[in-house]
Amino acid sequence: MSRETARVAVVGAGPAGLAAARAAAAAGAGVLLIDSEPAPGGQYLRRDALADAAGTARRDRATALPAGTEHLPDTSVWAVEPAPGGGRRLHLRTGPADAPGRRGRTVDAAALVLATGAHDRALPFPGWDLPGVFTAGAAQALAKEQRIAVGRRVLLSGTGPFLLPVARSLIGAGARVAAVLEAGEPVTGWLRDPAGLAAGTGKLGELAGHLALLARHRVPYRPRTAVVAAHGDGAVRAATTVRLDPDWNPVPGTERTVEADAVCVGFGFTPRTELAVAAGCAMAGGFAEVGAAQATSVPGVFAAGELTGIGGADLAAAEGEVAGAAAARLLGFAARPPLRALRRVRRGRRFAAALAAAHPVRPGWQGWLRDDTLVCRCEEVGRAELVEAARARQAVGTRSLKLATRVGLGPCQGRICARNAAELVGDPALADGFARRPIAAPIRLGELAEDPRTAAP
Amino acid sequence: MQGHPDVVVVGAGVIGAACAEALSAAGLRVTVVDRGAPASGTTAAGEGNVLVSDKEPGPELELAKASRRLWPELLAGLAEEIGPQASEAEWEPKGGLVVATGGESAAPLADFAAGQRAAGVRAEEIAPDAAFDLEPHLTRAVTAAVHYPDDAQLQPVLAAAALLAAVRARGGRVRPGTEALGVERTAAGGVAGLRTGAGTIPCGAVVNACGPWSGEFSAAAGAPVDVRPRRGMVLVTAPLPPGTVRRKVYDADYVGAVASDGADLQTSTVVESTRAGTVLIGSSRQRAGFDDTVRVDVLRAVAAKAAALFPVLARVPVMRAYGGFRPYAPDHLPVIGPDPRLPGLWHATGHEGAGIGLAAATGRLLADLFTGAPPVLDPAPFRADRPALTAEAVS
Amino acid sequence: MGEVLKIRVDGEEVAAEPGQTVAGVLLGMGRRSWRTTRGEGRPRGVFCGIGVCFDCLVVVNGVPDVRACRRRVADGDDVRAQHGAELPS
Repeated sequence: MSRETARVAVVGAGPAGLAAARAAAAAGAGVLLIDSEPAPGGQYLRRDALADAAGTARRDRATALPAGTEHLPDTSVWAVEPAPGGGRRLHLRTGPADAPGRRGRTVDAAALVLATGAHDRALPFPGWDLPGVFTAGAAQALAKEQRIAVGRRVLLSGTGPFLLPVARSLIGAGARVAAVLEAGEPVTGWLRDPAGLAAGTGKLGELAGHLALLARHRVPYRPRTAVVAAHGDGAVRAATTVRLDPDWNPVPGTERTVEADAVCVGFGFTPRTELAVAAGCAMAGGFAEVGAAQATSVPGVFAAGELTGIGGADLAAAEGEVAGAAAARLLGFAARPPLRALRRVRRGRRFAAALAAAHPVRPGWQGWLRDDTLVCRCEEVGRAELVEAARARQAVGTRSLKLATRVGLGPCQGRICARNAAELVGDPALADGFARRPIAAPIRLGELAEDPRTAAP
Repeated sequence: MQGHPDVVVVGAGVIGAACAEALSAAGLRVTVVDRGAPASGTTAAGEGNVLVSDKEPGPELELAKASRRLWPELLAGLAEEIGPQASEAEWEPKGGLVVATGGESAAPLADFAAGQRAAGVRAEEIAPDAAFDLEPHLTRAVTAAVHYPDDAQLQPVLAAAALLAAVRARGGRVRPGTEALGVERTAAGGVAGLRTGAGTIPCGAVVNACGPWSGEFSAAAGAPVDVRPRRGMVLVTAPLPPGTVRRKVYDADYVGAVASDGADLQTSTVVESTRAGTVLIGSSRQRAGFDDTVRVDVLRAVAAKAAALFPVLARVPVMRAYGGFRPYAPDHLPVIGPDPRLPGLWHATGHEGAGIGLAAATGRLLADLFTGAPPVLDPAPFRADRPALTAEAVS
Repeated sequence: MGEVLKIRVDGEEVAAEPGQTVAGVLLGMGRRSWRTTRGEGRPRGVFCGIGVCFDCLVVVNGVPDVRACRRRVADGDDVRAQHGAELPS
């Protein structure tokens, strides 16, 4: 075990975590950068096999680690608890993912930055659990890092600007993108809505570039449309698309069957909050609450990036810079107030709020499900079973909802289904309780049984 | 429902639900209030034990035997009344197996089992080989084993939900999100109503079924009983193939931990599978007030013992841990019955880690006492005015 | 081309590269699913791709419940489809 009083511990090596590491290092603090991936970058700055030399050089610069950083790759933080003497104790395991017998380590951090990011939100529809349905993030990660196109002919369905870079990656990996379906209003609407979205000026150029690429590849971009069913025997062969009204109810008579061997869905993002919740951070609306210097409600614990609100990589990096400087300052280093980053945070949050307002998930999706459409993929709980069990057993709390209906009790622990299930039973706030996952990442019982402080090195 | 309830039960956990069910079965108008959701406190953290194996001869064992007899009858009755789906509680009379793995715990286990047999419990001493037949993945380090065919299991949230559904079906009310603040008294000093965050509910009687929060509520009501929280933690594995763990399997020091007043943290192993395929691994007992911080050293101790008992589990993923608070009285006996200091106030609490199993008989006993029916068992040991409970200033 | 790793997938020898995930290798072979659910035996493969959904579970070197999207292949790995809930061998 190490007691870190001169180093800032950072969990997550995406844009927020990397910026935090840099800011802390610039202030003179050492950094312990903990990340579950083999290389720094997170989902956004993932190693991109499709990039050209310039792109690769840009990524290398963006993921370069500052001097004085100890990088712990392939490392999951599976538990957080109060450290004796203050701060938080992190329980780590390093080694091949989900292998038994990974190396254990315990770190007591006086200053901790959580930058754990987010994952795609997927909405259920008939057939969404067929092989060949992926999240947009999965398609992106497989294309960029594994050079795998998830299908030959791919449909993208969801809401928000993230669908466009995913389409770009799919094209780059050799897939034919059959269409990009935006359930809400078109992102091109941004170009006419300068107020809040202008705060993300850099984004507009990026967006225009993506749209131009789609046009070159003759990829239709259809607003107010979604995939509402996937078909196939054992794997996706086709999908039903439909026009949506403003509440996302299907417009009768607009169904079309589209041949596709992959469907990728992304309806915004869900923050990865288990470590923040386990650390005791106050949450608001499903995100970690932070003050001006990215401080959470727990002394010594800072949060940055999607964990505090969905806002994209630039905002995440700005928040990370602020958090890293604040964390170093807490340890007694003379960190200068990062005024530019603070400005970028303010501007980025305006953009994020405008983005969230422009791409809300509308309740009509609930009508896409049939009675037997799975809500919880792990425990295989269908919509009707869920709603009926919750009603008959008066399951009005998260714990009773889980135990009365079995949603969220399987291996994913509600990470995929919690928000959907909570909305389907009529109380979206129930989703918050699912984030209490004291075992933040799976650990083999034998690993848990072993005390790394006494284990042989 | 028209008019005021006869009884308001405070606490919609399995104990409150069982009391409400039994009272409504006796024809009383019942309202159940809970400041949170039904079955979301201690009940949701329970493993669902319905055990006779872990109790030494005495009043608690008598309550456990009665409850073991009553649970299947109760569930069968509910199935007829509200239907098989609403009454589904995953009842499994799977039996228990207590094993000793060291030379020194074998003799005390045999003595304990002999005492239980004398008290009418089926406790079959079996050879280690017979234990391996019952549990093929059990460690070969077992030196002695006792099989308890009458140990059973149910899913506590489903069980509580079924009991409450019956209360509603009989015209009673269940009011979640309603916090009990105290009682209103009549001029004569008896219960006139329950004060809640949503106004006063006039009634002639209030049942304190607040589990670990019973001490607080009874104090607010003006008749404090000394019931406190004791923290427990359970680990949950990923789903495993059926038959990996077939019974409820304990190490022999479990019995010692239940009755013990000793250290601030005790662990002993209880390993059992659920119908969903997961294996539950308990359990720890820790005095930490209502502090719900998960302590890794506690999880580690529980995990180490389970992996020793079932070596195959060492390479199985743990996907969840959860904790709860067990309500315990200083003498480790439940509190069931009227409070002579405040006519109309009743208690049904203090079941420590055994409330799920003891709920059926607790509800029946309370209703028997309430209605003047012959009690299902001798209520005297559980009375609310026993010295151990009302002794002032136990620090 | 860099170093080549040899692994086995359901008994078949397959070449892989360092840095590839098990899911990357399986998808590259044209496999779409390699797990069946324990309830209804439904086929599953990659869904979230970043270790969140636990749909892509696979058996690696006798140990089940390994997320194929997160596990990097190592030379000599023995990868098998996972059928429902399995015990480590």
